Amino acid sequence: MSSAWLNLAYLTASMLFIMAFKLMARPRTAVQGNLYGAIGMAIAIVAAFYEYPVLLGREAGVGGTVRILLALLLGGGIGGVLAIRAPMTSMPQMVALLNGFGGAASLLVAGAELQAALKHGAHPEAYGQMILATAATGVIGAITFWGSLAAFAKLQEYEQFKKPWSFPAQHVINAGLAVVVLLLTWWVAAVPSAWYVYWLLVIVASALGVLLTMPIGGADMPVVICLLNSYSGIAAAASGFVIDNNVLVIAGSLVGASGIILCQIMCKAMNRSLTNVLFGGFGGTATSGPSADDVYGGKVKSAGPEEIAMLFDTARRVVIVPGYGLAVAQAQHSVRDLANLLQSKGIEVLYAIHPVAGRMPGHMNVLLAEANVPYDLMREMDDINPMFPETDVAIVLGANDVVNPMARTDPKSPIAGMPILNVDQARTVVVVKRSLSPGFAGIPNPLFAADNTLMYFADGKKAVLDLVAAIKAG
Amino acid sequence: MPTMTFQLCLLAESVGGFDQFIRLLTVFLLAMWVGFEVITKVPPILHTPLTSGSNAVSGITIVGSMVATGAAAATAGWFATSLGFVAAVFAMINVVGGFLVTHRMLMMFKKK
Repeated sequence: MSSAWLNLAYLTASMLFIMAFKLMARPRTAVQGNLYGAIGMAIAIVAAFYEYPVLLGREAGVGGTVRILLALLLGGGIGGVLAIRAPMTSMPQMVALLNGFGGAASLLVAGAELQAALKHGAHPEAYGQMILATAATGVIGAITFWGSLAAFAKLQEYEQFKKPWSFPAQHVINAGLAVVVLLLTWWVAAVPSAWYVYWLLVIVASALGVLLTMPIGGADMPVVICLLNSYSGIAAAASGFVIDNNVLVIAGSLVGASGIILCQIMCKAMNRSLTNVLFGGFGGTATSGPSADDVYGGKVKSAGPEEIAMLFDTARRVVIVPGYGLAVAQAQHSVRDLANLLQSKGIEVLYAIHPVAGRMPGHMNVLLAEANVPYDLMREMDDINPMFPETDVAIVLGANDVVNPMARTDPKSPIAGMPILNVDQARTVVVVKRSLSPGFAGIPNPLFAADNTLMYFADGKKAVLDLVAAIKAG
Repeated sequence: MPTMTFQLCLLAESVGGFDQFIRLLTVFLLAMWVGFEVITKVPPILHTPLTSGSNAVSGITIVGSMVATGAAAATAGWFATSLGFVAAVFAMINVVGGFLVTHRMLMMFKKK
């Protein structure tokens, strides 16, 4: 196959990738979009089979083909098992892990290319400025791989990784490592024949990847996942520069763009800058503002399932506000049962979903979809907020900071200005929660003490089951 | 620092690979632009499948790793070949895992 046909195949794959993202704009066409992406990838893989004989100007040896097939089968098998076994709650970990593999693949490709070019007897200078792309791939790939593994360990809640690491002078150490990375990059570029410098660069960048990710708190994981996703795309694009291949550059930059966009959306939803998420500590430090006793003292009203069930006798619209606590309690299915019961009584039931409800963008939607909640009932913050004043009952399940009215009312609060769901404007608010403990922001929530709020102290799942029983009995 | 940049520029221009770099940079920036236009239209409800799907697409390094695995042995020795092999396994995990898990999620949105 001539290289013109090869490039045509890669072009087709690139167009299919763009189509795939375009079709993701609607739930109805998204399945098809993902299929287009997979077909594009299949075309690219078949084309790559023909590429190396072309590069060498002769037929491929049998050994090479066998090795490739073996790698494809092995990787495909592992990936398939991972994908089928991953529960929807651990989707963030799964994505982090896959991200890591992508980044590692990019850095290994660049390393292999460098090795091949040198062994090939290529004059270091003849390798050209692509050596810079090689160094860049190594750095970004290593940060992606180790950063993703660190994120995976945090999301999986391994004991040692649960708490954000903080160590003395962490910013100074990280800055020092970053300088070393720059110097080594320059060294790789200046003396390409010293191939071991590339691996030294990879090792230092790996340390940087871990040290940059570990201090970031659990609540900020959505941002980290988006950022790593973006990095894995950029690493792929950079390796495309190394091997001079358009499809790698195109696919990589599409992914890079996607990660950046999601990162921006998440930061906006948390009312924080990316720099603040990555380098600023957060949570547990809020000491200013009213104390929990000031906010709650004697004003909190609690209620049981029977009392709450009576609210629905006259209700016409109920909005359910799920937070990550709901997913932890595995209560999605019980919530769906509750919604069905309410709907059978002629009540309109909607779900209000904050952008950061869950551990990655859109996570809550997936968890609800898994419980057979139709997607047209899941409403975004901007759609649902104007509807709260006409809502009879808002049920908050496992959410805290994203429904804290202090974000609107107290300019000195750590969450001031953060976009929130205005549940406090509903006629009655039911908050299902084990205790009055604060959320990630570490501040009390005046919503719990509001006149129109009833606290329902219980485990999320049990609370919903009891409520369903009480409505049926009543 | 300026000297360093200057040296790198010299390195680049001395071999004429600069043309290739600019050509790839053109493709990179245009594709990024297309990415921004298309992906901003994806609704929040689909952001998780978008992330996992784009993740799968970033497994496109499978192309580079296959070339490295297959071609390297003849000319570049076992080290480069092994690197290519591991890269191909990793990239394939990313590709198959990514598309499959995205498909699983999207099917949940499809059913009524």
